[in-house]
Amino acid sequence: MNLDKKRRRLFTTESLALARLYLFLALLAVVTGTILSLLMRLHRTWPNLALPIHGAILPEDYLALVTMHGTLMVFFVLTVVPQSAFPNLVLLAQIGSPRMAFPRLNAAAFWITTASLLTLLAAFFVPQGAPISGWTAYPPLSALAAAGPGQATGMDLWLIAITLFCLAAVLSSINLLATILTRRCPGMTFTRLPLTVWSWLVSSSLTVIAFSALFAAASMLLADRHFGTSFFLPPSVVINGVPQRNGSGSPMLWLHLFWFFGHPEVYIAILPGMGLASSLLANFTRRSVPGYRLMIVATLLIGFLGLGVWGHHMFVSGMNPYAGTAFGLTTIAISVPSSAEILTWLVMLFRGRIQLATPMLFILGFLSFFIAGGLTGPILAQPALDAYLHNTFFVVAHFHLVMAMAGVFSLFAGIYYWFPLLTGRRMNEALGQIHFWISLIAAYGAFFPMHFAGLAGEPRHYAQLSGPVESFARLIPVERGITWSAFLLAAAQLIFLFNVFRSARRGALAGPNPWRATTLEWSPLEHPNVSRGPYAYGPDVSPSSDFLSQWDSEKPFSP
Amino acid sequence: MPATFTRQTVETERKDPGFGGKPPLDRRPTGGGGGDENWDSRHSGRRGPRELLIRYRMAVLSGLAGDFVFFAVLVSAFFVRQSSGHIDPSENFVSDWHPLAAPPILWLNTALLLLSTVTIEIARRQLFREIDVMEEWLGLGRPAVRRAAPWLIATIVLGSLFLIGQWIAWQQLAQQGFFFSSNPNSHFFYLVTGTHGIHLVLGIAALIFALVAMFRFKRVEMRQITVDCTSWYWHAMGLFWLFLFALLVFFQ
Repeated sequence: MNLDKKRRRLFTTESLALARLYLFLALLAVVTGTILSLLMRLHRTWPNLALPIHGAILPEDYLALVTMHGTLMVFFVLTVVPQSAFPNLVLLAQIGSPRMAFPRLNAAAFWITTASLLTLLAAFFVPQGAPISGWTAYPPLSALAAAGPGQATGMDLWLIAITLFCLAAVLSSINLLATILTRRCPGMTFTRLPLTVWSWLVSSSLTVIAFSALFAAASMLLADRHFGTSFFLPPSVVINGVPQRNGSGSPMLWLHLFWFFGHPEVYIAILPGMGLASSLLANFTRRSVPGYRLMIVATLLIGFLGLGVWGHHMFVSGMNPYAGTAFGLTTIAISVPSSAEILTWLVMLFRGRIQLATPMLFILGFLSFFIAGGLTGPILAQPALDAYLHNTFFVVAHFHLVMAMAGVFSLFAGIYYWFPLLTGRRMNEALGQIHFWISLIAAYGAFFPMHFAGLAGEPRHYAQLSGPVESFARLIPVERGITWSAFLLAAAQLIFLFNVFRSARRGALAGPNPWRATTLEWSPLEHPNVSRGPYAYGPDVSPSSDFLSQWDSEKPFSP
Repeated sequence: MPATFTRQTVETERKDPGFGGKPPLDRRPTGGGGGDENWDSRHSGRRGPRELLIRYRMAVLSGLAGDFVFFAVLVSAFFVRQSSGHIDPSENFVSDWHPLAAPPILWLNTALLLLSTVTIEIARRQLFREIDVMEEWLGLGRPAVRRAAPWLIATIVLGSLFLIGQWIAWQQLAQQGFFFSSNPNSHFFYLVTGTHGIHLVLGIAALIFALVAMFRFKRVEMRQITVDCTSWYWHAMGLFWLFLFALLVFFQ
């Protein structure tokens, strides 16, 4: 009996418990990924630094750090938290459903994700260590075991981990799609859904399409490595004077397939954050979302157009230049719905009575990073400009501001906001404000100078800037500044972790609706019946307060 | 209550009463609340007989969408390989693509697969016949299952014949010396037919499961859902095969 209960607790299908498990998984991934990035920063600034036990960081070690940092962060933090942890936390409540459509499928997805993370982390401990081909795994480096250290067993483990992750992501999204489409409570029509749910609808559809493509591509790469095929392996590859197996494949095929996945992936990472931004801005400006339907259309457009822009990662790959023009056009086109969303948020700020609670601060930070990083998007979208800026630190600045900082700030906002749902307590406001301000300033200090380094031509993936190559030695002071900011940024997260674990046990008890929100996750009712839209904030919605919750004045359901 | 297909219209037509005419009283034959009425204003679990069916269909559709992308990736690899080549010593571009004539048995196999989609569709519809479903639901035997079972068995037989035919095609190619790693074309032939074949093996396993489920499941609804979802999967595999077959025969 005891074992049975424990087994049920461990292999739970309960959504909230799975959300907690996903958050712990992401915590492990983000701590590991951050440590890897700090090692990278240390090496770039002090190249001759010798680590205890490991010794000096060799160039191939640096590339392994780059690879694993990217893989851990993009997949296990920026996809898992917004796409798996947060929906498990609030989706059911927000649509008023007691259960997921397929709870066991949902639970299975979590365990497959765990297996994937463990497989990935195992790559550190095999002979020759982790792979060095980047999170993008371009062949022939990724297709041949002899191509570099870590490209044998390490690369195989990476591919297996990614394949498992794709499977888990698709299964989880099938569940989310079926849940959103069929398990909404009475009265919860599509135009009364919170914008977070709309974002999960779009990102789940993108997940099914994009991750299936990556699954196929990763399977083909595994086949190239072990079953004698040559989808991606070109002929006449020579490594250290030794001719390799003659393939008849094309590395360009991998680029197309990977980026067909890779671009929707970043939208999967950011769309839930954008939906959250809309909800939280409404909550903390006490105003409705102007143009709610426009926001829905913008979300759908971003998702749909996001499937057609993958070539902007390949402008200098040798692709047909006319294709480059086409992709440049679609990429510029996608800035239109994104701008519509940003302008709507700015209008909400101008019209609202802003309450600077910690979740709101983080959403303002999200907005700041999203605009700053987003403005360099149209620059990189021009093939002519990208010809210079590709593979420089300008690109690194762009995606870190948009994904790492804006994306991560939206995750922070979500955690601060929904913390009472997980624990019944509120996180400490003072610590939250300190966390926010230090993180904001340190993040800009870390990533903004990278724009200038990139414009000066500093390339990506170089293990060090000094030594035989003198051209970038003048950027070393910039690198030093970035490193100090990066360490400060990492240190500030310790405040956050302390706040989380302390508030979970001893935080101030939160009431039933501590943020005075309208969306259903704060409802005390088990079977809500919805009769209005999700953002009924404002001075004129109700005689007694400035908001009218979605579950308010409803009759209990009678059969 | 399980889902049924109703032939007659539920709503009666009304014309405008005009002056002095009787007001339109609500005299619906079902007493209101039939069909998908007011889907959004009812709790989940009370939305009608098709609710669980639609949820499972959503899941199958999403999964098939992902599978479609998987096959699309294979097809794009095919087209990329078609344009591959090498530069020979006299600086000429020489294509590496040698079009492979698909064994003629593939036409027979395609016909068998199309026939199997017809039989499984018939099987699926048998499970939704209104009178039979009512009898099953009331516990008066399993007429719907008994009608559907032979068609399901026919589908399994036809699907197995398809797979045997594919195997024969492979043997024919092997006899002529074309193996998996002989040249890019034979490679893709085996890859495409092999991947599709694996999907069909899974489909036949699902069909056998559905056949057993029809006799073992106690809820009419779950019997319907099992056969319905399996049939959508089977239809999708048939559709994918049409595209793949056209690829292998006409796009070499």
